[in-house]
Amino acid sequence: MSILINKDSRVITQGITGKTGQFHTRTSRDYANGRACYVAGVNPNKAGENFEGIPIYATVKDAKERAGATVSVIYVPPPFAAAAIWEAVEADLDLVICITEGIPVRDMIGVRDRMRKQNRRTRLIGPNCPGLITPGELKIGIMPGHIHKKGRVGVVSRSGTLTYEAVGQLTELGIGQSSAVGIGGDPVNGLKHVDVMKLFNDDPGTDAVVMIGEIGGSDEETAAQWVKHNMKKPVVGFIAGITAPPGKRMGHAGAIISGGKGTAQEKLAVMEACGIKVTRNPAEMGKTLRSVLK
Amino acid sequence: MKIHEYQGKELFRKYGVATPRGVPCFSVDEAVAAAQTLGGGAWVVKAQIHAGGRGKGGGVKLARSPKEVRDVASRILGMQLVTHQTGPQGQKVRRLLVEEGADIRKELYVGMVVDRQTQKVCLMASSEGGMDIEEVAARTPEKIHKVFIDPVAGLTDAEASDSARKIGVPAASVPEAARLLKALYKCFWETDASLAEINPLILTGDGRVVALDAKLNFDDNALFRHPDIVAMRDLDEEDPLEIEASKYDLSYISLDGEIGCMVNGAGLAMATMDTIKLFGGAPANFLDVGGGATAEKVTAAFKIMLSNPKVTAILVNIFGGIMKCDTIAEGVVAAAREVKLAVPLVVRMKGTNEDLGKKILKDSGLPIISADNMADAAKKVVSAVKKKKKPAKKRIKTKTKIKTNAKGKAKAKAKKANKAKRKKK
Repeated sequence: MSILINKDSRVITQGITGKTGQFHTRTSRDYANGRACYVAGVNPNKAGENFEGIPIYATVKDAKERAGATVSVIYVPPPFAAAAIWEAVEADLDLVICITEGIPVRDMIGVRDRMRKQNRRTRLIGPNCPGLITPGELKIGIMPGHIHKKGRVGVVSRSGTLTYEAVGQLTELGIGQSSAVGIGGDPVNGLKHVDVMKLFNDDPGTDAVVMIGEIGGSDEETAAQWVKHNMKKPVVGFIAGITAPPGKRMGHAGAIISGGKGTAQEKLAVMEACGIKVTRNPAEMGKTLRSVLK
Repeated sequence: MKIHEYQGKELFRKYGVATPRGVPCFSVDEAVAAAQTLGGGAWVVKAQIHAGGRGKGGGVKLARSPKEVRDVASRILGMQLVTHQTGPQGQKVRRLLVEEGADIRKELYVGMVVDRQTQKVCLMASSEGGMDIEEVAARTPEKIHKVFIDPVAGLTDAEASDSARKIGVPAASVPEAARLLKALYKCFWETDASLAEINPLILTGDGRVVALDAKLNFDDNALFRHPDIVAMRDLDEEDPLEIEASKYDLSYISLDGEIGCMVNGAGLAMATMDTIKLFGGAPANFLDVGGGATAEKVTAAFKIMLSNPKVTAILVNIFGGIMKCDTIAEGVVAAAREVKLAVPLVVRMKGTNEDLGKKILKDSGLPIISADNMADAAKKVVSAVKKKKKPAKKRIKTKTKIKTNAKGKAKAKAKKANKAKRKKK
């Protein structure tokens, strides 16, 4: 079992004619069941053409209707990415994963506001995220597939390579993953830690969860409070940025300690108080998880 | 991106946020002339640097005669202004703002930020102006009135008036304060700001509402649609190393420690810094080489790290996914050769083509210390620093070069822009 995607998901690539979209569609299609899963691409000017056998449609709506897709992944450049998200939401897809980095916050405020006001059921992951993977079944995004191993531990994280680091440690210890989700490092985004945590809690194929956060905002605290009251499975955690000085943006648009809020220490303290086993040593995320498995 | 107070006030005026009359000045003579042009009997001379806390640091002074303007301007211009935001080395004052004196009856606070929870712009207003608002928020959070603004409707008349009343604006001045708040929101939204702050917003003796200060930061991701704001960038206020790094698409931030770090990915970069600290070392920088590092990029990263004289060892931590370890290894070897690396280098590589990468490092004949995991890497680099008490004799002199490169061009550009602006007036 897994969350959000599996070998039966059918995927559209928005931005399939760009270099990035092509590169990652190719590597994702070559992973596990990808050949059956990647069924469509979208580009209004290239409808009727194909990318290495994947048909291209003019709109997401077309692609959904004609190829039967329910999930899309977006590699569209930042100035147009928010519109691409909205197109997928309007087409009523189940899930949209936006990989694009560098989308203006104002654009994201607009899209998220419309999604809420119109009660749209489409789930959004990202933007500025590595995507998600259900090992052995389907990879949607830019993560290296080969470091993953099919199994029963969920991983949720705001950052890309740090997710790979956690996954790599688990795999090295022989612990497989049910799904690994990168929710992205932007201040205004789709699913948050708490949303993914709920999905893992309900997934019979997940036994435990690794939650990785970083400085900025209070998403980790919110998730920790939810875990305390609702989670039936053990959770371990790590927060990056103990050494980050306040007021300096650490790469990710959202990774900043401002107004004395969002420090790593504060997040770790709340997580610990909520029963999450935390480690301050990122080299021990895998071992920490192993210690909570029965 | 940050701008100066006087630039913020120019934007404010464009949107109808009232400010005192003022003139930006680049010399003492200009400051005196500005006071005479402005007229009146009192002027405020304000240091223009990007950091806050200027008043406490001695960068804001009142003058009651043109002679006093000359005195305080010559004291402030060129001073190394130290505030709680500049760090102990301070920031050199290169620009001044000379303003007419204001008749302050009451000081208020207004700020706007993007709230991550509600995913809306949040207006924060308080009767406690002029103070450190973070302290007010911590001690008396009930004194901060918040409005989460609907992105379609914008700040409504009702919300604006209500906010004005809640922070103690007298009834007669409420309409004017409400207009100002609405104008501020319009300015925030249309310029893609990430932070707007007026501290203090004042009530004058004759009941007017005026922005005595202006702090505006902008969303870097949206600058592509605001060339007018990009033109306000003052590179003198930024770390030359950060400017140089941005040319190569490297995300770099200077820190206080001695271990240079080069990592791919922001989260992993922070985690690497944390691990160094955990094992008793201190990171000299945050450096994310991003997803597509080439030999050129890695070389640039090495030069930038090494131009910080405090760096006595380097740790490279790469989790190769899309980026292959052999490509990175080639880059590291080429960079180490080109800069004639004289400090210990610890490399930890994981992921795609890991073995190939390690082999390249080993076969290079360079004294590169290989590590198996992050903890191992951190331990090795910390012990290398401890062993190596004396700083390296052979240090490449990239610092001066970089400074002139990055700043020279940028300065010339900024000067041009300023000249053009002054001409217009």
